[in-house]
Amino acid sequence: MVVAVAIHRSIPSPKDRPRLAELANTVTEQVAATRTGTRRARGFGVRSIGDRVFNLTTLMLALVILTLLFGVTVDLIVNAMPSIKAFGLHFLVSTDWDPSNDQYGALPFIYGTAVSSMLALLIAVPLALGVALCLSEMAPTWLSHKLGFLVELLAAIPSVVYGLWGVFIMGPWLRDHADPALAKYLGFLPFFQGPRISVSMLSAAVVLAIMVLPYISAVCTDVFRAVPQTQREAAYALGATRWEMVRMAVLPFGVSGVIGAVILGLGRALGETIAVAMVIGNRPEISASVFLPSSTLASVIANEFVEATSDLNLAALVELGLVLLVLGLILNIAARTLVYSTTQRRFSKGN
Amino acid sequence: MLINPAQQRHNLYRNLKSKFMVGLTIAATIVALVPLFLVLGYLLSKGAASINWEFFTRMPTPVGQGGGGMANAIVGTFELVGIATVIGVPIGVGAGIYLAENRGGQLAQAIRFAADVMMGIPSIVIGIFVYAIFVKPFYGFSTLSGSIALAIIMIPLVTRTAEEMILLVPHELREAALALGVPHWRTTISVVVRTAISGIATGVILAVARVAGETAPLLFTAFGNRFWSTSLFQPISSLTVQVYTYAISPFADWQRQAWAGALVLTAIVLAMELGVRWVTRGTARVAR
Repeated sequence: MVVAVAIHRSIPSPKDRPRLAELANTVTEQVAATRTGTRRARGFGVRSIGDRVFNLTTLMLALVILTLLFGVTVDLIVNAMPSIKAFGLHFLVSTDWDPSNDQYGALPFIYGTAVSSMLALLIAVPLALGVALCLSEMAPTWLSHKLGFLVELLAAIPSVVYGLWGVFIMGPWLRDHADPALAKYLGFLPFFQGPRISVSMLSAAVVLAIMVLPYISAVCTDVFRAVPQTQREAAYALGATRWEMVRMAVLPFGVSGVIGAVILGLGRALGETIAVAMVIGNRPEISASVFLPSSTLASVIANEFVEATSDLNLAALVELGLVLLVLGLILNIAARTLVYSTTQRRFSKGN
Repeated sequence: MLINPAQQRHNLYRNLKSKFMVGLTIAATIVALVPLFLVLGYLLSKGAASINWEFFTRMPTPVGQGGGGMANAIVGTFELVGIATVIGVPIGVGAGIYLAENRGGQLAQAIRFAADVMMGIPSIVIGIFVYAIFVKPFYGFSTLSGSIALAIIMIPLVTRTAEEMILLVPHELREAALALGVPHWRTTISVVVRTAISGIATGVILAVARVAGETAPLLFTAFGNRFWSTSLFQPISSLTVQVYTYAISPFADWQRQAWAGALVLTAIVLAMELGVRWVTRGTARVAR
């Protein structure tokens, strides 16, 4: 039995030996059936009580995860209800955030979250791709591991530390050096005009970029490493240079994984709270200039939740959290699906 | 082989282009690592300047008085993370065992996906959840609420790492134990999990390091406290929240303390990360 399975697995294309393949398949099915469906066969007739208790215990613990995910969603919907009832869909498009009059609209925060995350990706994605290509294709193995380790350290630093550094070091530096340069060369665009303030949309975007880069580059590195070696060799055999090999063999293979990595990074950027709350300046208004303070969904929750003045104020803040959760869920489901589809191929396409 | 001059020029161009792109990727790596060294450098220089023995042994002082430390915040961080570990790790490891044991099952797949998705939920949303479920109706701002929030963040991380580590255990080992007549559950605990235990421990420590640096979910669960927290049902101070409050305060004294606190916090987190990674040295794959 086992021999048949082994033979089947060792043959590159089973179509050459249809009958053997068929045999092997039935055997595999039988083995799988005894492994999963009819476990009874194992313990001489009945499964012991110990097995049942153990399996039930682990099942209960695993169900905690499903319960939590479900619970978080339901809980946020329930607690946001007063605000949902009071403002309806208008909540999402209103720019009026005024706790003293109990008027709440989420648009400034949705705008702030979207723009800061997009800018962060604009900075982080090209760098992360460069890092991932350098680690997977260019650097020798020993160096690649050391560099990869350093990049991962970026992800290990707590976000409050990035916030601290952003407020006192990076923000002022951007205001004094980067902002004037941007205003000089790109000042004809409305994004780079007006007064320059150290806590700003741009500061938030740069801090976010630093924070999401390691996540994106780590996933991209994994995706590129999953490219079959034969693809690279084929490209080299056709006379490709190293870069041409990357363009012909590595990038096309990894494209959906890279998109997944970017979406994953976007999810991180949307939800990042403390570092952004510290450097963005927290001003609930929409302005074109990236030199001015702004506010994001997460940062306004962090700032105002404890000081909420009324029940409706609290509900409105919870609804902001709900928006954040829904965005996070959508992005994560999309990203995981894309990344799985790439890295899983490695296992089915042979080693 | 004969190559005409045009061809030769073209090849030169291709080679140069390739070298240029390789150079670009190396430059990208260097640029990506600059912030790491900048952050660590400033932490060391600014933090070390305001760190002293008092910082570890004294309580926070009111504005203007000077001196003082973060003794309660340091202890608070360990307390919060410790309780979170006690709550989160058994659930995470148990769930991981279930996922590894029932690899193909539909329920297992749903749970695995849920764990992955949960890793992506912004931590502040977990804070809101715990606030609505525990803080408001039961415990108020408290150590227990803060620990529960951290535990919820830990669970999916631990689960996925535990599953991956258990799956690395060769099937033959399990079959050998079963062939000796060992019951299934004993096989899982004493052979499979035992073999994977160092990998699981790695995942646990990395998850602990991750939640030790969390601020957002603690803001409205553990809240913060200027004094010692003597019960699980009192608000408690933590390094992260303390650094945050001090950093956004307008007082130079407090800002200096924030740098010192950030240095201690980073040292704790990096010590765990570096320690674990140095011991396993790239052999273990860990869920992110």
